[in-house]
Parts: sequence; C-alpha cells; structure tokens
Amino acid sequence: MQKTETMTQAAATGATAIIRAERIEKYYAQPSENRIQVISATDLSIVPGEIVALLGPSGSGKSTMLRMLTGLSRPSAGQVYWHEKPIADAEINVSIVFQSFALFPWLTVLENVEAPLQARGVGAAERHERSMKMLDTVGLDGFETAYPKELSGGMRQRVGFARALVVEPEVLFMDEPFSALDVLTAENLRSELLELWSKKTMPTKAVFLVTHNIEEAVLLADRIIVLGRNPGHIRTDFKVQLVQPRDRKSEPFTQLVDYIYKVLTRPDVAPEQAPEQAGPRVRDQRQMRYQMLPHARPGGVAGLLELLLDRGGRDDIYRLADDLAFEIDDLLPIVDAAQLLGFLTVEEGDAAITESGTEFANSEILRQKELFREAAQQSVLLLRQIRRALDAKSDHTVPEEFFLDMLDEQFSKEECLRQMETAVTWGRYAELFDFDAGRRRFVLPDALEEEIAAGEETR
Amino acid sequence: MRAQNFFGRSLVTVSTWPIVIDMGLGLCALALFFSIVHTATYWMGTPVPMAPISHAISALPVYALYSIGRIGIAYLLSLIFAIAYGYTAAYNPRVEAWMIAVLDILQSIPVLSFLPPVLLAMIALVPGHQLGIEMGVILLIFTGQVWNLAFSFYSSLKTIPREMIEASRIYRYSAWQRFWQLEMPYAAIGLVWNSIVSVANGWFALMACEMFPLNGTNFQLPGLGSYIQTATYSGDTHALISGIAAVILIVVATDQLVWRPLIAWSEKFKFEQVESADHVSSPILALLQRSRLLTSLPGRLWTRLEEPLYRRMAQTPSCRIVQPIDQEAKRRKSSLYLKTLAVFVLTVVGWEAVQGALMLRSVTWPDLRLLLEGAGATFLRVNVALLISAMWTIPVGVAIGFNPRLARVVQPVAQVLASVPATAFFPILLIGLVQLGGGLGIGSVVLMLLGTQWYILFNVVAGAMSIPSDLREAASLYRFTRWQRWTTLILPGIFPYLITGMVTASGGAWNASVFAEYSHLQGRTLQTIGLGAQIDAATDSGRFAILLLATIMISLMVVTMNRLVWRRLYRLAETRYKLEG
Repeated sequence: MQKTETMTQAAATGATAIIRAERIEKYYAQPSENRIQVISATDLSIVPGEIVALLGPSGSGKSTMLRMLTGLSRPSAGQVYWHEKPIADAEINVSIVFQSFALFPWLTVLENVEAPLQARGVGAAERHERSMKMLDTVGLDGFETAYPKELSGGMRQRVGFARALVVEPEVLFMDEPFSALDVLTAENLRSELLELWSKKTMPTKAVFLVTHNIEEAVLLADRIIVLGRNPGHIRTDFKVQLVQPRDRKSEPFTQLVDYIYKVLTRPDVAPEQAPEQAGPRVRDQRQMRYQMLPHARPGGVAGLLELLLDRGGRDDIYRLADDLAFEIDDLLPIVDAAQLLGFLTVEEGDAAITESGTEFANSEILRQKELFREAAQQSVLLLRQIRRALDAKSDHTVPEEFFLDMLDEQFSKEECLRQMETAVTWGRYAELFDFDAGRRRFVLPDALEEEIAAGEETR
Repeated sequence: MRAQNFFGRSLVTVSTWPIVIDMGLGLCALALFFSIVHTATYWMGTPVPMAPISHAISALPVYALYSIGRIGIAYLLSLIFAIAYGYTAAYNPRVEAWMIAVLDILQSIPVLSFLPPVLLAMIALVPGHQLGIEMGVILLIFTGQVWNLAFSFYSSLKTIPREMIEASRIYRYSAWQRFWQLEMPYAAIGLVWNSIVSVANGWFALMACEMFPLNGTNFQLPGLGSYIQTATYSGDTHALISGIAAVILIVVATDQLVWRPLIAWSEKFKFEQVESADHVSSPILALLQRSRLLTSLPGRLWTRLEEPLYRRMAQTPSCRIVQPIDQEAKRRKSSLYLKTLAVFVLTVVGWEAVQGALMLRSVTWPDLRLLLEGAGATFLRVNVALLISAMWTIPVGVAIGFNPRLARVVQPVAQVLASVPATAFFPILLIGLVQLGGGLGIGSVVLMLLGTQWYILFNVVAGAMSIPSDLREAASLYRFTRWQRWTTLILPGIFPYLITGMVTASGGAWNASVFAEYSHLQGRTLQTIGLGAQIDAATDSGRFAILLLATIMISLMVVTMNRLVWRRLYRLAETRYKLEG
C-alpha cells in the first residue's frame, strides 16, 4: 500500500524518483535477543525538481537517513534504489555538503574542488577549467591558491558548495550546511543557493537538506519531512506551497512554522496527516522501561520556568525560542525535561506552567533543589533506581556499569552514555547522589553518608 | 623591525639566487650518485667480517658515509613497513587487535636480542657478498626504528574525522587518491616527529651494531660506531674525540638540514580550522623552495605519472560506486586472501613457538636463577635511572619553562641532545669509571641516565610552558606557599608531559640496559648482574636458549609495566590533568 502511495506521488509530479528508499531500516544487533532500532521501516523518495528538507529532533536519525540515501551506509533491511537500480550496483552521482565543511586543509581551494574530478578521471586541463568556472559561480574568484584555513567559515562553505557542484550531481545532499555559520553568513548563503537553484545555474535535479532549523526548512524547501524519534520514523511529509522568495514575516509562513513546532513538541500525538505505521518488530515507546531523559540541565529548566512565569505562565514555544534566539535542538530538551518533571504542560504548541512549576520558579535555590528532588524521584525511574541501590548497599556505592547494563537493553551505546551523563547531572543537582568520575561509581553525598553513619552509631 | 629586515633580504635573494641553489642541488645529486656507486661496489665484494679500521681523520668521511647509508636505508625500510603495517591493521577489524598486540610486544624487545637470528639469516640468504652482513646490520637498526612509526601511522588513520572519510567516499576516491590526499597528509605530522625519534634510536643501535661478537666470531664493519669503539680500546683519545665530534656534527646537521625543514613543511598538514600564530621557520626550507629545479621538476614528473593512473582508476568499481563506511559491510568482505594469510601466519608462529619451547629445555635451574636475579637487578636499575632523571629534570625543567627566553634557547638544544646517541659516549664513560674504580653496577645506571634524561627534560620544559599564565598569576595573587604551588599548580600542570617523557625514557632505559651492563674494554670483559648482560653474554657465546628466555623476560616486564603503570597514568593524564582551552 505504501508503495502505491509513493507511485502515485511520483506520478503526480510527472516524473519518476531519482532515489527511492523502500522500507529501509537501521538497527544495531545486540548480543541479547533485543536490538536497537535507530530507524524503523521507512519509505522515501526524491523526485526531480524539488528541494526536500528533512527535519527532526536530535536522535531521530536524520543523518543516518541521509547516509543511507547516499549509499554511504547500507540499511539493515530494505533497499535503496537509484533510478530503480539497487544502490549497491548503481553508479550514482550525488554530492554532500557537510556541516564541518570537510575540506582538505592541505589542499588549496582549487585543488579541493579539482579532487572529485580527478577521482573521475577528468584530464588536467578540463579539470582546471571546470573548477575555475565553479569557483567563479560561487563567488570565490581570486581565492583559488588560498588554503581553507585562511578563509572565513562562510568562504569555506562556499568551497564546500563548489566542490559539491563541480561534479554536476543529480542530487545535492546537504547535512546541516549552515549550522556552523553565523546568522548573517548563513542567510546570505541560503539566498545565493536559492538563486542558483531557481535560475538553473546548477544542473542539479533535486536537493535534499537535513536541518534542525525549522525556519530554514520553510524558507528553502518545496517539501518538508518531519522525523520522530525512538525509533526514527516519518511523522509528516507535506508540500510547501508558498512562492519564492518567501517572507518570514508573512502570515502563511509563520503558520507553517507554528504547525511544525506543534508536531515536534507533541511526539505522542498524531499530526493531522497520519504518520505511517512502523513495522511490527518495533517496540512501542510506552512499553519501554526507561523513559528517554531529555539532555537538559536543571539550570536550563529553572531558567525556562522563570521566563515563563514572567510571561504570565503561558507562552507560545515558537515565540519563546525566537526571543531566546534558541535553535529547536536547544530548547526542546528543556521543554521536555520540564514536562517530564511535571513543571509545565504543552498544549497546541503553547507551554503552560503548572502549580508545582510556579512554586519551583518562585523558590530560592535550596528549596528548588528540594522540589526538583521530589519531582525527579517521582517521575524518573533511573534516578529512583540509582538512589534505591545506593541506600540498599552497605558501602553506599554502586558502579556506573551496573546501570549502563540495564540501559543497554534499550538504547544504543552512545545514547546510554548520554542518558547516564544526564542522570548524573540531575542527581548531583538534586543531591540525590554523587558520582565519583575517577572510579566511575555512584556514591551518596558526603553529608548524607555522615548522617547515615551517625544514625548507625547511635543505634 | 626584524620582520622588515627579513623581508628586505628575501626580496634581494629572490632575483639572484635560484641558479646558485640549483647548482648546489646538482652537486648534491652528483655526490649522492657517487656514494651509491661506492657503497654498491663495497657491498657486492667478498664478505669481510672483520674490516680493519683506520684511525686517521681522513678516513672519517667514508665511515660516516657508510653509517649514514645504513641508517638511511633502515629508515626507509621502516617507513615502508610502518605504513603497510599500520594500514593493514587499521582497515582489517579482524586482525586489528592482534596486530596491535604484536606491535606492543615487538616494541618491548631490545634491539640486540634480534642480532643473532637476523644476522645469521641474512648471511645465509646472501652468501659470498658483504651485502649479507650489511643487510643483517641494517635490519637490526630497522628493529630499533620501526615500531613507533607503525604506531603513529596506525593511530593517525584511526583518528581521521568521520566527515573527511565520508567526503572521500561520496566523491568516489580510489584507494590511491585517498592515500595521497587524505591518509598520508593526515598522518604526516605524526610521522615526521616519530621519524626524528626513530633516527635517534637508529644511531643508538648503530653504535653497538657495527661491532659485535657473535657465536665466537668477531664482526666489525667500517663505520662510525666501529671507529669510536676501536679508538676507545686502543686508547687513541685523538681519534675518539674526532669520532664523537663527527657523530654530533651529523646529528646537528640532520636536525638543521632535514628535520627542521621537514617540520616547517609539514605544518601545512596541521588539521586546524584557523591558522595558528606560532610557526616553525626553517631557512633551509625557504632556500629549497626558492629553487626552480626542485619546485617544478618533481611536481611535473609526478603529474605526468599520475594522470594516466587516475584515468585508469576512474574505471574501477571503487571509483564508480559509492563505498559504504559501515563496519558490517566491511566485515562481509573478509576475503580468501586474508584467510590464507592468517592460516600461514598461524602455522609459522606455531612452529616457531614449538621450536622455541624445545630450545628452552636446555636451560638449567642455575641459569634460570641467574636470569631472575638479573631481571630484578635490571628492573631496579631502570627505575633508579628514571627516578634520578625525574628528580633533577623536574625542578630544572620547570625553572626553564617558566622563563620563556631561556626556554627558547634550551628546548631545541635538549632536543638535539636527546638525538645524540648515548652509546657513542659509553666507551669513554666506561674508561672514566674504571679509572675511578667504580663498577659497572653503578656505571650502567649512569649510562642509562645519559640516554634517557633528555626526553624527560624537554617534555617537562614543554609542560611548564603550557601552564597558562593566568593560573600562575592566580597562584601568586592568592599567595600560595611554595608547597601549594607545586602540588596544586605545577605538578598537575606538567603531569601529562611528564608521563609522556617518562614512558619514552623508560623504553629507552630498558633498551640501554643491554648496551650498558656488558662491555669489552681493552681486552677485558666488564659486566654486572642484569638481564641485559645476560643477553649480551649469550650472544657472545652462542647460547641462544638463554638469549630467548632473557628476551621473553624483558619483553614481559616491559609490557606488564606498560599495561599496569604507564597506561593507567596516561589515562589519568588524559582525563583529569588535561589543561583544556
């Protein structure tokens, strides 16, 4: 059924897909029966003539998806087709613009751009000519003998674009290409990219952009795909009908941004367009033992609540992020954390502070810690378990390893470590326990330990 | 002011000098050609195990030529081997762990333990020519140079940023292009610095490898090592001093003519986003870069060779289809070739192990007791040498490091001193010790010190220099006592550098024990209790079982120490005592 849908979509645009992914999945096998699902079975296709933006919170597998579509990473199940030919045998013609630019610092700008042509066996004279022309196109005329480290970030990403475009790729992939740049430079590059695209200066037939910046997606894309996490899956996939150039201040633009925020902030609610169903093997989020701890610091939660209280206890998340000049990846974990602790609720893209949240925001630091401790112990299983284990053991220390093993069943190795890191930050703040980083062990805080010791003595 | 001066001068030279530089280079090429022909005729001649050594100063240039030739060839072999080994280990997850463990063990074996098997094998391989003996000696020097190079290349490959690898895959680089445009440049800086250490190790080994008794026969090859040793034995002070002077001269010249230009040149391979402020400058490099011959000819030749290669390779599958970077995909590709290789290696290792075990049966209990005693004595000696080095180098190094002007002068000198082979001074020191009446027991500690302390010194200086000045200001602002300053600021600050220096020094000291604990002097044999002495004595008398056992013991001790002590301290240095930002 999924297949027919893709077909009709392709038919609607009047062209066949350049790249088509059929029920691709990514998982890592564990020694035990379980395996960690990073991306659940997903269909996706890239058709000529559109800029597709892939949006999603961190941990939703955006980059993994991009790497599977480019052939850099093989899906664990399913198949990616290049013009209906399996990608493992197809001579595909794509480029990637990387977040870190990934230029070779020991090659000059010109040599960097020539290198991919060299790999394709293009002769020296033609290589030089094509590269110079491309450098001219991206506005790097006169910089060909410079080394990348002599250039500013924006200039370096221009080299990245020149290198990507010089091979005349059919699909241009971009992995958060503007996120390492300052705001103005990024804006400038975005508009130049749009100009190249709309004037057909580049022979590229489709662009695939991975980003965590919602505005960027709405500004550039003809089609937006929003990914959800645990495991990664498509939550919504829709066309953007706004005409170029788009005005950030216009009503339809902000409405669209608002809609995406709503989808992203409410992972448990189905968006208006139904997301596709995940494969049967995938475990349901709700059956999971441990909830995923958002990677936020308690200080961030306190700050957000205080700000919210200032705004009368309720505000639009989109506006909050805008006022704070926060990226979605920075703000969402804080909102999630506050929500998990019961300090705020999210409705319709609005964050509303709860009673306990108000008390928290109005208290001084020691009381805040107390409230945080209560809330954390009540709603976070991992923290509760660590504390119980510490109380139960006679020497009041437990190795980190012990909990990592339990988390291991549910999260990938990196995610386990990040979960543990967050748990340590929260536990330390709440004075639930302390962590001896040298021995990698959880211990009871000194004060508590003395108290307990004193209690035992009097007994 | 200074910069302006320099600029003015360079403007003048640009227009007039290139021809002279080109002619100079031409002369160098001519000299190189002559030396190759000369060496080749000597090598292809009949074998002369015991070449007579002339003590005339006029003979020194030829001896120097032979010695440099040996070290140079051994170094080239090391480089090739290191790259091949590192490459194989890094890209074959199945054998990776094994290959690295083997490297760890090989690194811990002292050079002289390789002497009998390598030399006998080479003489048997090339009978009737001097080449056999020469190849044996070159291989020995090779074993002193290769391991750290291989480690360096391997770890460079493993730390290439992921996106760089992805870029090379998505743009469908061939293995050839990836090697020259990504892997080699990324590893270049590590290779250059390790080459300096390797060549220093090469000189260290050369001093002892040119002249040695093996199984009753005395070998003596023409070279600086033999020159210095024979001069010592015959009491020819004049020749001895000129020999040592020649070695120092060569080491300093190598530093100035080869290493400094190489370091300055390799700066372009620094993996940095922003150009850093401090540069290593080398007038020689500037001079060479001005030569038209050198800057244009090899480049053009290289392109001529490479172009057809690239065109041909563009047709291969790896250049037409994007290769995935997943581990899983790679694992599937484990080929038949690798399997047969593994079986072959396993058979050889198994056979050797059985042979070794059979050989060990001839070791008697008294032998074993002596070996164990020796192990204890050498262990103590190595650690005493380390302790003494640390005791004097830490205060001195910190004092120097806190005085930037002094540091700028001392640092390069200490680096050159570390490259001067301590083995060149051994004979002269021995004579002094014998005349003073001291035994080799203390003497060998002094000899180890001589070889190892410089590593600790220049690392401590670097560590002290790296302590940020605001931390030092804070310490004086809060009126830290001297004790507080040392325990809270200086020692933690230099800790990572100190550990790096100590690890290098410890390896050097173990290696030196073999040279230091046993010596022939003016017809007498001097020795003390120690594993090193046992190895030497066993080589002399051809008791290979003892040699094997002693080598296993040294290797075991070094590897254990590395695992139990140094690696843990290293981790501590990396995590807790790292000064970031």
